[in-house]
Amino acid sequence: MTMKDTPAAGAWLERIERLNPKINAFVHFEKENRLRQKSSRPVAIKDNISVAGELTTCASKILKGYKPPYDATVITKLKEKGYALMGKTNMDEFAFGSSCETSFYGPTKNPWDTGRIPGGSSGGSAAAVAAGMVPMALGSDTGGSVRQPAALCGIVGMKPTYGRVSRYGLIAFASSLDQIGTITSEVSLCAELLGAIGGYDELDSTSVDVAMPDYTKFLTKDIKGLRIGIPSEYFPGDGLDSDVRNSLEEAKKIFKGLGASLVEISLPHTKYAVSCYYIIAPAEASSNLARYDGVQYGLREEAGRITDMYFKTRTGGFGEEAKRRILLGTYVLSSGYYQAYYLKAMKVRTKIKNDFSGAFTSCDAILTPTSPTPAFRIGERLDDPLKMYLSDIFTIPANLAGIPGISVPCGFSRDNLPIGLQLLARPFGEETLIRLAYAFEQATEFHKRKPNI
Amino acid sequence: MKTYETVIGLEVHVQLATESKVFCGCSTKFAQPPNASTCPVCLGLPGALPVLNKRAFLFAVKTALGLGCRIEGIIKFDRKNYYYPDLPKNYQISQYDLPLGHDGACEIFVNGRKKKIRIKRVHLEEDAGKLIHPASGNSSFVDFNRSGCALLEIVSEADLATPEEAYEYLTALKSILRYLDVSDCNMEEGSLRCDANISVRVKGAPGLGVKAEIKNMNSFKAVRDALRYEEGRHRGALELGEKIVQETRLWDAEQGLTRSMRSKEQAEDYRYFPEPDLVPFSVKKEEIERIKSGLPELPQAKKERLAREYKLAEYDSGLLVRDSGIAEFFERAAQASSRPKQVANWILGDVSAFLNSEGVSIKETALKAEHLAELVRLVDSGKISGKIAKGILPKIIKKGIPPSEIVKKENLSQIQDEGQLERIVEKVIAGNEKSVKDYRAGKEQALMFLVGQAMKATKGKANPQKVSALIKEKLKG
Repeated sequence: MTMKDTPAAGAWLERIERLNPKINAFVHFEKENRLRQKSSRPVAIKDNISVAGELTTCASKILKGYKPPYDATVITKLKEKGYALMGKTNMDEFAFGSSCETSFYGPTKNPWDTGRIPGGSSGGSAAAVAAGMVPMALGSDTGGSVRQPAALCGIVGMKPTYGRVSRYGLIAFASSLDQIGTITSEVSLCAELLGAIGGYDELDSTSVDVAMPDYTKFLTKDIKGLRIGIPSEYFPGDGLDSDVRNSLEEAKKIFKGLGASLVEISLPHTKYAVSCYYIIAPAEASSNLARYDGVQYGLREEAGRITDMYFKTRTGGFGEEAKRRILLGTYVLSSGYYQAYYLKAMKVRTKIKNDFSGAFTSCDAILTPTSPTPAFRIGERLDDPLKMYLSDIFTIPANLAGIPGISVPCGFSRDNLPIGLQLLARPFGEETLIRLAYAFEQATEFHKRKPNI
Repeated sequence: MKTYETVIGLEVHVQLATESKVFCGCSTKFAQPPNASTCPVCLGLPGALPVLNKRAFLFAVKTALGLGCRIEGIIKFDRKNYYYPDLPKNYQISQYDLPLGHDGACEIFVNGRKKKIRIKRVHLEEDAGKLIHPASGNSSFVDFNRSGCALLEIVSEADLATPEEAYEYLTALKSILRYLDVSDCNMEEGSLRCDANISVRVKGAPGLGVKAEIKNMNSFKAVRDALRYEEGRHRGALELGEKIVQETRLWDAEQGLTRSMRSKEQAEDYRYFPEPDLVPFSVKKEEIERIKSGLPELPQAKKERLAREYKLAEYDSGLLVRDSGIAEFFERAAQASSRPKQVANWILGDVSAFLNSEGVSIKETALKAEHLAELVRLVDSGKISGKIAKGILPKIIKKGIPPSEIVKKENLSQIQDEGQLERIVEKVIAGNEKSVKDYRAGKEQALMFLVGQAMKATKGKANPQKVSALIKEKLKG
């Protein structure tokens, strides 16, 4: 489905209304607002991206009732270009999770199997696109939150280079890792949507003033001569589902058949990525989430003294995983622990970054699995945070290095669950990812299969 | 009895006089309706991001350079995490391990001697909002107008040995900031705030005494008074062998004492870490040199130059340079009159007295440098008496009329005609027989009285030395 034969917003709306009770992809919408928009370019927005006057809650109780007075830069751009905002999508609370189960509004279901999770944290956006409720959506990716749910839902998810898309108005999880990304049914829509939201923004000091190409010009099937790096560390002997492994082996062959060359590479610090991430990300989160104190907006649990008000509000407003990360982050930044944890993690981060810049001297892109397994069952990993954290083992390094990554459908498991491959490129190498992803998509049929709902 | 020594260090917060806040475009205008000058950034709304105000950065660099600090090539910000309802993000964007400037100094004068006070660090940060506690009801309110205003923190080394030195240091600091035109330095409006650390030890003892941090002082005088009080409290405790606890104390200006606010055991861990929303950037050496070369002449250099070029006592030139407006006025008047010493005396005497009593700065008056120069010349050449000059000064300051015009219009010239003066003196002698008798009997005061009478008769237009000589001569024979 391309934009040309996309039905009008009204038709999408009917599908959203019919399917949402089953999937729980959307958490807020104002129907009248959406109907007033005559556009036929519907986009779903993750609930952590600020839309003026619309509920924006990060799927958290603590932001109950919060309506930002301003639009995020990406929203301003979408509105200017005539896109219709269809509503806010479900997510793990404050993007803390890989399963979309930690939402205050309950879990989102995977359209391929409603007993399973859609991935996370942008699970609502991914499920909405996979179920055909919208052709495209915005998500945010701090450790894989766009690519992993895209893989688990059988669609396309792009995390751009850190600094490619303005973060102004994206409610921060971990500021040095967060990046708004696109979740679309096809690669062509990814190219279009990324072009619509990307570019330098003077309101975001971390956005980078690098000229942005017209990504749709890279929707060619020609990838001859491109060198694809295969890092041994991303194809471990254990911990990788056999269906995923087989799909990836097939994918390598397809790329080779299309004229790309495969080169062995090594990213030796990969094994430290998850530990490093779970120091830096919670540290930044603990500070970013300090503002939810009941003083200005969102939830307030009244109490006689201000400290009691803080305590009651934050105890009642945050879910378990949010509390766990705030505690973790506060701990690693505490005096006496800062050097051993935060500072060390920052050094490891530099090593990981250097791994990639070294690798990119011998290849143009890197091919890896997006997720070690297909979608798991709802509730399966909720009580095992470590296992949950390992869901993002292949996606986290790109965030630490700030490089772009895309997940594209590359197969199905024996249970008919989608499998995705991940391609990584140099900073601002999104066009390379679009070229490779488009060529792969056009050479395969995986994107044409739709869930039966 | 033991002798004690006091060790004082000051932490000064200066609000930079930029038109907009340090990380957003909101106005910094004082006295606006509550929360009128706010936006998503300075309200700390979710998703809003800071962008550094270039002018605030320039002001901070100017100040650091003006205080002789070294400037690091890398500018980096950090988050200082703590909960307080006037801090909308519950963290403050500040600078921690890499302050913008470090290792500077500021010179002060105490008891006629120069002393160098080292500056440890100068860093840029954002201000917090203001809590308002109404007298009735049990709610408090927050006004975020001040939130995000550019603040410069200037931390001295513990080089100050007396409350007086602290006072002098603040005065010198304020003078530098005013010269650089980076802050109003108005302590009442809160554009300059000062916290003090003080400890007292037995003279020569190794290590420092237990320190107290004092807050809530809203004038330089209050800083001095609070430090005097603390110094006394510490000495008394040491004398009696009482334990001093490390704590924060608040100055109560009305009662003239400090009260314990919190002890150090409850001190917070600020969990500083690099601010990820602002990318560290480097400043080229040439850029710093360019800013440095554009700095105005600062009080210290100006003081030395004025003393040298105009042959003034350093004490006098030191007083002249405290206010850049006064110093500039002095130079123009001194050049116009070619009598710098007299010009300095006038400025430090009658002119300053007038300005103080009216509470205005020299720029706010109509006084022109040429007019003061002319006044000095009129007195020096004997055209008018010093007394007349003093008398017409307020008119010159208020209305900007040239002194010669006033002298002419009001007929105030000294009597040059010897015959006229003689006649007046004769009249005075004739009309004051008793004083004449007293003088002849050897009472010197009687002469003063007679001179006074003659001055009165001429409405101050006579030269008192001439009158005195004339009387003496007349009474000789």
